[in-house]
Amino acid sequence: MATTTSALGGAIRRREDPALIQGHGRYVDDIKLPGETAAAFVRSPFARAKVLSIDASEALAMDGVVAVYTAADVDSLGPLIAQLSFAPRPLLNGGEVKHVGEAVAMVVAENRYLAQDAADLVFVDYDPLEAVIDLKDAHSDRVIIHEGSESNTIISWAAPFGAEPEDQQAVRDQIEADKSRDDTVVVSQEMINQRLIPTAIEPRRVLAEWNPGYRSLNVWSSSQIPHALAGGIAVSLGLPTTSVRVIAPEVGGGFGAKLNVYNDEILVSWAAQQLARPVRWVETRREAANSTIQGRGWVGTATIVGTTDGEILGYDFDGIADMGAYTQNFTVAIPFLGLFVGSGQYKMPTYWKIDCVATNTTTTDAYRGAGRPEAVYYLERIIDMYAREIGMDPADVRNKNFIPNEAFPGAVSPIGFAMDTGDYSTNLNELLEVADYAGMKAERDAARAAGRHVGIGLSSYVEVCGFAPSGLADLGFNWATYGLPTAFNGSGLVRVNPDASATVIIGTGPSGQAHQTTWAQIVSDRLGIEVDNIVVKHGDTGDSPMGIGTFGSRSAAVDGAAAYQAADRVREKAAKLAAHLLEAAEEDVVFADGGAHVAGSPDSSVGWGDIASIAYQVHKAPEGTEPGLESEVFFTPSNATWPFGSHLAMVEVDADTGNVEILRYVSMDDCGNVINPMIVDGQVHGGIAQGIGQALFEEAIYDADGNLLSGSMVDYPIPTAGDLPAFELHRTVTPTDVNPMGVKGIGEAGTIGSAQTIVNAVVDAVAPLGVTHIDMPLRPRRVWEAIQEAR
Amino acid sequence: MYPRQFEYSAPASLDEALAALANNPAAKVMSGGMSLIPMMKLRLFSPAVVVDIGKIGGLDSIEDRGDHLAIGALVRHVATANSPLVQQYAAALAKAASLTGDPQVRNQGTTCGAIAHADLAADQTAAVLALGATMVAKSTGGTREIAAADFFVDTLTCALQPDEILVELLVPKAGAGEGSAYTKLGRRGGESDYAVAGAAAWVRKTNGSVDAARVALTGVGSKAVLAAAVGDALVGSDGSATAIEAASAHAAEGVNVLEDLHGSVEYKTHLAKVYVQRALTAALT
Repeated sequence: MATTTSALGGAIRRREDPALIQGHGRYVDDIKLPGETAAAFVRSPFARAKVLSIDASEALAMDGVVAVYTAADVDSLGPLIAQLSFAPRPLLNGGEVKHVGEAVAMVVAENRYLAQDAADLVFVDYDPLEAVIDLKDAHSDRVIIHEGSESNTIISWAAPFGAEPEDQQAVRDQIEADKSRDDTVVVSQEMINQRLIPTAIEPRRVLAEWNPGYRSLNVWSSSQIPHALAGGIAVSLGLPTTSVRVIAPEVGGGFGAKLNVYNDEILVSWAAQQLARPVRWVETRREAANSTIQGRGWVGTATIVGTTDGEILGYDFDGIADMGAYTQNFTVAIPFLGLFVGSGQYKMPTYWKIDCVATNTTTTDAYRGAGRPEAVYYLERIIDMYAREIGMDPADVRNKNFIPNEAFPGAVSPIGFAMDTGDYSTNLNELLEVADYAGMKAERDAARAAGRHVGIGLSSYVEVCGFAPSGLADLGFNWATYGLPTAFNGSGLVRVNPDASATVIIGTGPSGQAHQTTWAQIVSDRLGIEVDNIVVKHGDTGDSPMGIGTFGSRSAAVDGAAAYQAADRVREKAAKLAAHLLEAAEEDVVFADGGAHVAGSPDSSVGWGDIASIAYQVHKAPEGTEPGLESEVFFTPSNATWPFGSHLAMVEVDADTGNVEILRYVSMDDCGNVINPMIVDGQVHGGIAQGIGQALFEEAIYDADGNLLSGSMVDYPIPTAGDLPAFELHRTVTPTDVNPMGVKGIGEAGTIGSAQTIVNAVVDAVAPLGVTHIDMPLRPRRVWEAIQEAR
Repeated sequence: MYPRQFEYSAPASLDEALAALANNPAAKVMSGGMSLIPMMKLRLFSPAVVVDIGKIGGLDSIEDRGDHLAIGALVRHVATANSPLVQQYAAALAKAASLTGDPQVRNQGTTCGAIAHADLAADQTAAVLALGATMVAKSTGGTREIAAADFFVDTLTCALQPDEILVELLVPKAGAGEGSAYTKLGRRGGESDYAVAGAAAWVRKTNGSVDAARVALTGVGSKAVLAAAVGDALVGSDGSATAIEAASAHAAEGVNVLEDLHGSVEYKTHLAKVYVQRALTAALT
């Protein structure tokens, strides 16, 4: 058996784009139900306060107001369910609110406008308490945020991971000993990796409909994780998981912010059940900023000790991560994901520790990259500072310290994780060559001589993604709390229909990643059925196999592999049927051109229609053939995947204003084999844009009282196409061996590689003025102030 | 993003619109709606009545009236930016309009609307100050002219009365020896987004010497404001780079510079000088 058509690797156009571009995509707000009501939330204006009383009488007296619910109505449902939850969020808070924007009451009215009007008329009496906003202040435990806790530090992660504490200490002791040697260089810098607001073009929304007859719920939500959401709603409402169907239709961006089961999703579902009327909640942009999760929020000190000729003897990272007020789905796991890549792609001994600390701010959780951009940022910034300190080219320092190719397969990072495949030097060197690094340096030096402030920034990175090895479930990476004790398997069902078309139903759904195109290519590759004749269905827990969702750059590597294997199983059965029709031996059957033929005799062929026909009319098939032509596969890989790459940027700083202009941006990513290069390029584009957004523009800014000052798009600038240069994208290809396609994942790589590339470039540009570090975002004022300080 | 309930009227004539305003003290005029609608959605501002003048004919032209240009109430930013007349005779305004908002905003929002909105970090406000423009305000009680220098009162507050509509903006045409320019630092760097600091300059040179100059700042204080000391310092000079630099040192004199998320007082004071210098240099080129 062999295929002669290969759809893998083809830059075919995204099949979903005509509908999305022309406005025919169906989002939650496009779905209308008869008898709908609308919900609005009453939210705390205080970062920390006791709720003394709530007076909803005026709101309830308004025409068109259906109900007002407070904590007393929903406390019996328990707190919000989340995996890895250490500080669970009440569904509605009637006790002590812990961040501005926390919900204390829910209004249901005949429409969204009335609901908002009524919410404004719910009067809440608060007793404000001292809020703890500053991360270091919270870390000091001066004020304890969660009553009954001994510390605001919820959990700490340390590495080498899995090592005994005394072995971890031994690594640290060795690093300390190297630091005190006379012949070593120590470079250390405290840096902030600021909080960000994930900004999807479609804020969250949820619509729930209860059927009292069937005692079942239909819920439409703009979610990355419909199965977990169905489970979470079922557990909260005491329903069998089979009674809750969640549909995530088109999802207008997620970036991790829709990777949570939210209290509003539970409450809207519950209210629909209580009222026996559909309830819809549509998030406002301000709610998206301060009630949906935020990302990042680390402060930490990175230290390198090394020789004067560029050998890194040890790396030490000591950080604090801001959890916000509560822990939700992955909140405490995000710094842990950072730990995975704490030592990057380098071989140096590493001690890495982070404390996960509560503050009276919006909860943090996954935002594109989720822990890995933060960890890589610290490492790649300090390597740059080390290179500058010893006067060595930063590319040479990286090349000198990479885990060598001969360590693969079987490489284990210094921080304690087995890595799949890697070829770091080739990747970096190809980038330097294709970008003409030597020429760039000459150009920079010439510009400097002419009085301009031009700089070059380089960063390599390794990420870890495609999470799925079943054993991760024991670390808490599972949906058990959502009533679905599954590991992070991939899933896919492939069915060849009687008319020779194929239907693919998958356990993950896109929030912009083009699953409809990619999965059709995978199945087309295995079966030889034209992409146009394959339909891909997703996002509906009513008909899709149990799936974990789209996040962590995992869909292609895990769920894609499941569909790949499912297609292979269909092909195995089809080969038997084709052999019967062709009166040939099964092993001589070749699939090509929409059908099968005998090897060496392409004229003697049968189409998929012929094969499907006898698959469904088995009296024409070999005796004992079961009717049907489909397979459902769950797939768990042997490891996560470890994509990597190197990015290079050239910038110019206007020293009079601090303005940064990006002159060039060149990337060399390695995500293993590529299913669709155009889609991969698109992912890298978006990823780099968001990394540049963090580097230059974005910051969730709180005042001392915990008010989010940058909660609207006026004060939270995100990059637009006009602010960005034309990216020059390149790839090396180092396939993984943990899935049959050799694909690693590309959703987050651009973000992980880019922020420190820009910062390294800007610092390089102003280094001649004496600047050694500037904290992000490198808004003009920061750059200018850093220059003034250095002068 | 759900506004409070409001009444909406879209009169077909200016007289009807003026009558609607006269009859409803709580009414608010809307032209492009690019600032008003977001504020209403955020419930920062909740007028009882919105009088949409967008359906009124005859307010969307840019006319050459001899010594000045007249820009109607419904002239979009994109029209101001792309108008050969504005580009030729009021370059600072064309440039400021081209840097207002994003393409969607420029296609919908209006120059007069942005000026009446009086955002502290708007672009065209500085341009009309530097150009010495005049605002024509109309109500049922009559028509009056307001000099740009008297028009901007405070953040989001201009000299218009609640029953008045800014029907026209009159901009003096640059003659021989006159030039104007606008430049800024945007919140997203370069000239992108609202002004962290921006400057508009208008200069007239006669026989090799500057005999009149007006410079205005935006983004640095509570409103767009004339930097009068710069003009005074430049007049009588030869307009050379040295003279510009010396005059620019006065940029923030008499200006109440305020800190915001985008800059400290020190930084904005510094930027005022930098951008005044750049605007003057461009105006004299």
